[in-house]
Amino acid sequence: MRRNLWRDTWQFVGGVARLAFTGSGWYLAWLGLLGLLILSGLFAYVQQYRGGLIMTNMRDQVSWAFYIGNFTFLVGVAAAAVLLVIPAYVYNWKPIKEIAIFGELLAVSAIIMSLLFVAVDIGRPDRAWHLLPLLGSLNLPSSLLAWDVLVLNGYLLLNIVIVWHFLFTGFHRRPYNKRFVVPLLLFSIPAAVGIHTVTAFVYNGMAARPFWNASILAPKFLASAFCSGPAILLILFQILDRTTQIRIKQEALEKIAELMAYAMFLNLFLFGAEIFKEYYSGTTHLIHTQYLYSGLDGHRSLVPFAWGSLACSVAAFLLFLVPATRRRMVTLNLGCLLIYTGVYIEKGLALVIPGMTPDTLGEIYDYVPTFTEIRVGAGIFAVGFLVFSVLCKAAVPIIQGTHSPAGDRG
Amino acid sequence: MTSHRHPDDPHGGEESCGGLDRREFLRQTGLVTMAGVAALSCGCTPAFIEDLLRTRFTRLSPRKLDAVLRGLEADYATRYGRAVSVKATPALDGVEFGYGLDLSRCIGCRRCVYACVHENNQSRDPQIQWIQVLSMDRQRGISLEHADHYYDPQQVPEADRFYIPIACQQCRNPSCVRACPVKATWQEPDGIVVIDYDWCIGCRCCMAACPYGARHFNWAEPAIPTAELNPDTHYLGNRPRPKGVVEKCTFCIHHTREGRYPACVEICPVGARKFGNLLDEESEIRYLMREKQVFVLKEELNTRPRFYYFYAT
Amino acid sequence: MASHEHGETGHDAHSLLPRSSSLVIMLVVFTLLSLLILFAIISGGSYETEGEEGGKAAYGPADFPQIAWDIPPVPPPPAGDIAAFTLPPPPFSDPDLFPCSGCHADMEPDRTPRALTDFHEEIQLHHGPADRWCFDCHDPDDRDHLRLTNGTKIGFDESYRLCGQCHGTIYRDWRQGIHGRRRGFWNGPKSYLLCAHCHDPHAAVRGPRAAAPQGAAPVPAS
Repeated sequence: MRRNLWRDTWQFVGGVARLAFTGSGWYLAWLGLLGLLILSGLFAYVQQYRGGLIMTNMRDQVSWAFYIGNFTFLVGVAAAAVLLVIPAYVYNWKPIKEIAIFGELLAVSAIIMSLLFVAVDIGRPDRAWHLLPLLGSLNLPSSLLAWDVLVLNGYLLLNIVIVWHFLFTGFHRRPYNKRFVVPLLLFSIPAAVGIHTVTAFVYNGMAARPFWNASILAPKFLASAFCSGPAILLILFQILDRTTQIRIKQEALEKIAELMAYAMFLNLFLFGAEIFKEYYSGTTHLIHTQYLYSGLDGHRSLVPFAWGSLACSVAAFLLFLVPATRRRMVTLNLGCLLIYTGVYIEKGLALVIPGMTPDTLGEIYDYVPTFTEIRVGAGIFAVGFLVFSVLCKAAVPIIQGTHSPAGDRG
Repeated sequence: MTSHRHPDDPHGGEESCGGLDRREFLRQTGLVTMAGVAALSCGCTPAFIEDLLRTRFTRLSPRKLDAVLRGLEADYATRYGRAVSVKATPALDGVEFGYGLDLSRCIGCRRCVYACVHENNQSRDPQIQWIQVLSMDRQRGISLEHADHYYDPQQVPEADRFYIPIACQQCRNPSCVRACPVKATWQEPDGIVVIDYDWCIGCRCCMAACPYGARHFNWAEPAIPTAELNPDTHYLGNRPRPKGVVEKCTFCIHHTREGRYPACVEICPVGARKFGNLLDEESEIRYLMREKQVFVLKEELNTRPRFYYFYAT
Repeated sequence: MASHEHGETGHDAHSLLPRSSSLVIMLVVFTLLSLLILFAIISGGSYETEGEEGGKAAYGPADFPQIAWDIPPVPPPPAGDIAAFTLPPPPFSDPDLFPCSGCHADMEPDRTPRALTDFHEEIQLHHGPADRWCFDCHDPDDRDHLRLTNGTKIGFDESYRLCGQCHGTIYRDWRQGIHGRRRGFWNGPKSYLLCAHCHDPHAAVRGPRAAAPQGAAPVPAS
């Protein structure tokens, strides 16, 4: 087997590429659309690179915003892969085990996106190599951002190895190596919790920003991640069910939905605890929460988002809680969409921006993203969707065994 | 071969310079293709490649440091069309700087703001000002949430207002230094928190971590009119900064390490600003800490600033 | 190879796909959400921080030609003497005005407190008690000097000793460099100012002065 490793790898890569880039017209059109978005994002980024970050609406007062918000959200999505791995591999529960691989694929795509969001946010991308271990000068152990760089890249590597192993063995119709991959899968559970916790700690550790400097932040991050990640997967599974030979059992979907209901409950409970503490004690630190939910001195650009996010989360929670609405596909999908929207706003806008508004000296700067930022953001999401689509496209026939391994071509 | 020569030996110096030029030349030619490709895609120059291969300031050997300083001088000379000196004066032994600001005297005239801009080559447009002066209501006392950052009366002081100028507090326990992921900012032996503008990646983590809004980012290429450029600069201080990096007050490191007062102390028309050596019992700063009631901003965060506010009367 | 088994099971009787009605609902919700977001962005945009009307976006030191930003540096310390202090000449050191005896030498001092009418009438005493009078500080017999309460004659360049008779705490602060402006070297020679450089001894409380304008407030681009 060893002597064939190179040949096998070559065949695997070629085979995956073949599977990934052939497909129906719709599929190719989808790829084309993503390509266009990526191009638009790329052009916007070149503009931003040349002109500087002045092309964004970030300023000294609000020095992290849209990009870092998206980064935070996507780390949460990546962490959500655990939600599928835990029951599948710890309890050896059949239906989810089939589809856990897609959780891993989602994690890979989400981590790629989040790393890209960091890359576009830094002022000197040409010096990004300073962040490399050994080669650069990582400020360990004191800088949480340095830790974040390490764990995110580690998590990415871990997921790539797992996915690679499953697909590689599946491609060659060999049994996967349990002694190799199961420990890795088990390790990915604490790793997923780890990446989101470290990301939360980046904010949490900043005593200068009372809105973030609350110990509830990391648990809340995890709770909301356990909502948003599966929401994407539930939709994806239905698309797979329709467009491929893979059949997803209703039971599996319901189970995930139930878990999401619990996660959303926890999320809302932690939210309530935070709101109580802020408003009841009514210290000067309340000002950030006020900016978010009622606006300050006419600065209200986040208020509709904040309430919209809350409404989405509550509605989704109710939909997932009641078994009848959880079982109906219409309400299930509606709930997914609401959860996704709710958590996206909560993480993307309502965490980073109010944490910085008013700034540490009490100045209010009403941040709204520029078109450049939105284009770059859309481009990065397109990269993520592209990676995810391509990986799924290749993974589906391999998992089903309906592909023709390159060796069989004769 | 050259390493055996005494650094003061003029011939050795010349030869090592020549060697450096050749090496530089070879490096440039070797990377010219890469630079070309990069230039096509993002409008980069060989300076881009040079920037890529830099070493962290704290890791520079004295000889390399000298080469870096001379390189910067040449670069600024071509960019601004006038001679600019870049030095890297080290911290003085037995010196830890401290600053005092008398709130009972400050009238909010903002002379210090503009003297600082002038002295430290801050970008004029987009505007960067290391000192922010906040106007506060006497009834409320110090409340940053209710401060006016853009007060604009014809004359100061206004009735019922008092003023707090805020710049880098040069903390003993600086949260910005802890937050930096690449060790591009650190505390010098004399207590000044400095930034290596050529190592900073512009992630702005330090800005999020700073409780005093003291750090400022070069959102665009900084613009300083040639005529207004201050040619007396320090590597860690007021030399012209590149785009996309963070900068902040350094207690006028180019002045204070030579014994002089910072520009804000010199310009303050009411003498509200005091500066000196915290390790010297006789210094102005120690006197005021002994004789006056001092306080620091946001003392609950345990940043332990070296910047003391006090009321002399 | 567990992954292969599942794919072979047949299609369940009930479809898991959203039917058209559900798609319509999703579309409606999505549209509503988008409208909400759009509304929020538009309304958010109208609350922008206003820049200075008709003014410049950013001021620099060059906008204030009346202020000398380049203060001539105090000369470096003479070798060995780091405690050297320098002092600009006291106010009214102009040869046209000083020495005072240039005019007063031939005049008989009039020691009665009164409002000055013929000369120095611009001096309105607003300093301390109402019965304050010229000769509390000026020496009636030697106009080129000031006089302490104990009768000691001092020069105008030592006027701080006179001020310090009443303003003891401020005098002490001033001697330590806490009150008033100092320039030069924190560890070496300094130049200092006399009380009278900033405070008119005849009306010591200073009025307000011109302020430099505010910095440019950031305005989000739309």
